[in-house]
Amino acid sequence: MVVLAAVVFTFLAVGGPLFLVLAERKISAWIQARVGPKHVGPHGLLQTVADTLKLLYKENIVPHRADVVLFSVAPILVAVAALLDFVVIPFAPGWVVRDLNVGILYFAAVSSLTVIGILTGGWASNNKYSLLGGLRSAAQMVSYELPLGFSLLVVATLTGTLSTVRIVEAQPYPAVAYPCVVVAALVFLVAATAEANRIPFDLPEAEAELVAGYFSEYTPMRFALFQLGEYGSLLASSALFTTLFLGGWKGPFAFPGLGPVGNGLVWFLGKTYAVVFFLMWVRWTYPRFRIDQLLNISWKLLLPVSMVNLLVAGLLVVGIR
Amino acid sequence: MPLDWAYVAVFALVGAGMAALPLGIVWLLAPRSAYPQKRIPYESGIVPFGEAWSQFHVRYYLFGLAFLLFDIEVIYIYPWAVVLRELGGFAFVEMLIFLGVLGVGLAYAWKKGALEWV
Amino acid sequence: MNAEALAFYALAAMVLVGGGLVVQSRNLVHAAVSLVPTLLGVAGLYVLLHAEFVTAIQILIYVGAITVLILFVILLTEGATGLRVRQRNEQVPLALLVCGGLAVLLLGVLVRVPWGPAAGPLPPYNPGAVGRSFLMPYVLAFEVTSLVILASLVGAIVIARREE
Repeated sequence: MVVLAAVVFTFLAVGGPLFLVLAERKISAWIQARVGPKHVGPHGLLQTVADTLKLLYKENIVPHRADVVLFSVAPILVAVAALLDFVVIPFAPGWVVRDLNVGILYFAAVSSLTVIGILTGGWASNNKYSLLGGLRSAAQMVSYELPLGFSLLVVATLTGTLSTVRIVEAQPYPAVAYPCVVVAALVFLVAATAEANRIPFDLPEAEAELVAGYFSEYTPMRFALFQLGEYGSLLASSALFTTLFLGGWKGPFAFPGLGPVGNGLVWFLGKTYAVVFFLMWVRWTYPRFRIDQLLNISWKLLLPVSMVNLLVAGLLVVGIR
Repeated sequence: MPLDWAYVAVFALVGAGMAALPLGIVWLLAPRSAYPQKRIPYESGIVPFGEAWSQFHVRYYLFGLAFLLFDIEVIYIYPWAVVLRELGGFAFVEMLIFLGVLGVGLAYAWKKGALEWV
Repeated sequence: MNAEALAFYALAAMVLVGGGLVVQSRNLVHAAVSLVPTLLGVAGLYVLLHAEFVTAIQILIYVGAITVLILFVILLTEGATGLRVRQRNEQVPLALLVCGGLAVLLLGVLVRVPWGPAAGPLPPYNPGAVGRSFLMPYVLAFEVTSLVILASLVGAIVIARREE
C-alpha cells in the first residue's frame, strides 16, 4: 500500500519537473519575443514527453577511461535527492507524505546530498572541464547552503517548530515580524537559485564557458536524470518557499464546490508555480555572476545579513512573549 | 516515529528504482556502436591533452572547511529556535554569545583572505 | 523477527559493507563515495533509537559536509588519478594478532555482561528536548563548543595560508 502510494507520488514528483522544462522553454520564448514549442500536442504541451521518449532511444556513450560505476550512480543520487525533498511538503490540509517532526531540517539535509552526486559526476567523466565544473558547482552550492539554513532558522524561530505543517498553520506572521520575514524570504530566494545552479548563478554549467560543466560527458538518460534533479530541486525550493513564506495552502477566498483539500491544492500549486515563473523570469533576464562575485555574495553579504536577521527575529520572539 | 522515516526509506528506494528504470530501458533499446573516437573526452573538438586532473588550489578546501564549521554552528541553532519562546531572554543571550564568537571567526577568515577566490 | 529487528539488520549490513568498501577499496574516490551508504546506515540506526534530530544532523553534517570535504581533499591531491594504492604490507601477521586479540576481548565482554531487556522507554530526542538540555543544564559545554569551532577555523586558515 505504501509502496503503491510511493510509486504514484514519484510519478507526480517526476511529472512536475517535466512540466517545468516545458514551462522554461515557453517562458523563455515569450521573454525573447518568440513562441517556443507549439507543434507537439496542443500548444506544445506534449513536447517534453516526446523529448523524453526520444532520449530513451539515444546511444549511451561512456567516455574513455571514465569510472563506469560512479558515472551511473551520480545522476541517480542527484535525482533521488531532489525527489526526497518532497516528502515534507504539505500540498493541502492533510496532504503531506509524512509530517516529520524535523521537517525543514530534513529538507536542508536532503538538499545537501546533491553536492556529492555532482562532485562524483564531474570526476567520473574523466574530463578536466567536467571536473572543474563539478568542483566549482560544489563550492557554490555548499557556500549557499548556509544562508539558506539561516532563512529556515528565522522561520523556525518565529513559529517555534520545525514541522512544515505546523509552520503553514502558524501563518500569517505577526505584523511586527515582517521585516525579518521579508529579509529571510529574499535571502532564501537568492540561495535557492544558487543551489539549483540557475542563472545568475549557473557558472558551473555555463554553456559558453565550460560546455555544460560537470555534465558535458553525459549522454541522454543520465543527462535527463541530472536535469530532473536540477528542476526537481527548483520545484521543491519553490514549494518550500510557498510553505514557509506565502502561507502554503491557505488562500484568502474559497473556490465554490472544491472542498478544503481541493481548495488548498489549487492555492498551493498556484503560488508555487508563481514562484517558479518568477525564478524563470529572473533567469532569462539577468547575466551571470563570476565565481568570485558569487562566493563573495554568499559569504560576505548573505551570511552576515542572515545572522543579524536571526538575532533580530530572536529578539522579537523574546519581546512578544 | 521510526515509521515516519520508514516512509522516507521507501520513497528513497522507489525513487532510486524509478531513476534507474529509464537507464535500464536505454540499455535495452539504445543502439550501440562504440568506436574509439566517440569516447574521447570532449574539449571543444581538439584532441585532449594532459591528465584529467591538475593541481587544484587550496581555496576549494578552505571553502569546504568554512562551510563545515558554520554548518555545525547552524545545527546548534535549530533546537534553540524551537525552544526560544519558552526559555526567553537567557537563551537569547546564550545564542548571542555563541553567534558572536562565530562572527569573530567569520571576520577573521574574511580579514585573512580565506574567503577570496583568487 | 519483527520489522524493527529486520530494519536493524539491514542497516547494520549497510554500515558494515560500506565500511568494508571504504577500508579496502583500491580507488580512493570509490572509498570516499562508499562513506555515503555507511553514514546513511548510521543515520538509519539513529532512527531506530528514536533520535530523529540526530538522524537529520548526521545526514546534514556527515554526508553533506564531511564527505564533501573529504572528496575535495582527494580531488586536490594525487589520489584521484586512479593510482592503485597498495592494500597489503608486510605487517599482516602482526595485524591479525592484534585484531584477533581485540575480537576475543570484545566477545568476552559481550558474553559476560548481563544485557537486560530494553531499560525502559527512551528519553525524547526531539529538537525541543535537545534544545532545553543544552540551553539549561549544559550551557557551558555549548559555549565552549563555539570556542572549539573558532579554534578549528583559525587553525585551518593559518595552516592553509602558510602554504601560499
